[in-house]
Amino acid sequence: MERPIAFREDRCKGCALCMTVCPKEIITMSSRFNTSGYKVVEVRDEVMETCTSCAACALICPDYAISVWRKPARDKKGEVADVHYG
Amino acid sequence: MKNGKEAFTLPGVLADIPTHYCPGCQHGVAQRLVAECLDELALSEKAICIGSIGCSVFIYNYLLVDSVEAPHGRAPAVATGVKRARPEAAVFTYQGDGDLASIGMAETMHCANRGERVTIIFVNNTVYGMTGGQMAPTTMVGQRTTTCPGGRCADNEGQPIKMTEIIASLGGSAYAARVAVDSVKHVRAAKKAVRKAFEAPLNNLGLGFVEILATCPTNWKMTPVQANERIAAELIPYFPLGTFKDVTELETIEGPEVAE
Repeated sequence: MERPIAFREDRCKGCALCMTVCPKEIITMSSRFNTSGYKVVEVRDEVMETCTSCAACALICPDYAISVWRKPARDKKGEVADVHYG
Repeated sequence: MKNGKEAFTLPGVLADIPTHYCPGCQHGVAQRLVAECLDELALSEKAICIGSIGCSVFIYNYLLVDSVEAPHGRAPAVATGVKRARPEAAVFTYQGDGDLASIGMAETMHCANRGERVTIIFVNNTVYGMTGGQMAPTTMVGQRTTTCPGGRCADNEGQPIKMTEIIASLGGSAYAARVAVDSVKHVRAAKKAVRKAFEAPLNNLGLGFVEILATCPTNWKMTPVQANERIAAELIPYFPLGTFKDVTELETIEGPEVAE
């Protein structure tokens, strides 16, 4: 499964600002705590596909905890057209 | 995700370490915008950062540029000295409102009036954050702090100081703008303003000043989301966003233009 968004859970402070700006409202507060004792946010696997890679969450995050990747371009057969490793 | 370009990359001049800021504090966004502009203008090797006192003090840990730490409020005075000694350097200060608008008012005003070729990044969160939430000159009327537990009273303590308007009215400033980082739209506008504030002294036009409205959830006694909503609900009506001076655009000298 493609995961366009990833959270660095050790950096997240659970401020929930990303939840307010997500246009798809797929970012939710998890029940996990990180090593600093903050509750961390997550995107559940079942809604991961709806992420549009707009990166609004990453722009508003004060702790640089969010990485966002664009979905790779595909040709008509559904093959990945350009592959960037990073 | 292994294939696909990154939609958001952190600037290289920003140190990849956890910040000491409280959850939801927008200093993190403000310093990232500064780092992005330093990267875009390729200033990381010739920038000299002047740190201030307050929560902004650890800026030298987060930006991988040469730094000088100034006494409380004196960052514009130190920046003047650094710029005059090293005229080729891109000198900027990173200050909070307790630092810049209170104890550093004289230094800030005279630095701007002299038109020193420096950039001032002013993070306004309407309170003394690091020392425990005392009233600052920019505290809103009615806002409760530890030194005005009944709320700031305009009759006793006056109205909050609008620094950007003051700096824009001085002859030496080339660029003065107020921005916020409470929404994605405002963050993008803020980035442009910070960049212009860096370009003005580089182009030998005068001082660049940008005021960033930010939250202090801890001392506002709010959750980060409530604090972020307060920016739009209470702060922006009193501290209007916009470019108050830009000598590169003659039409905006006539009056404030909303930069949205």
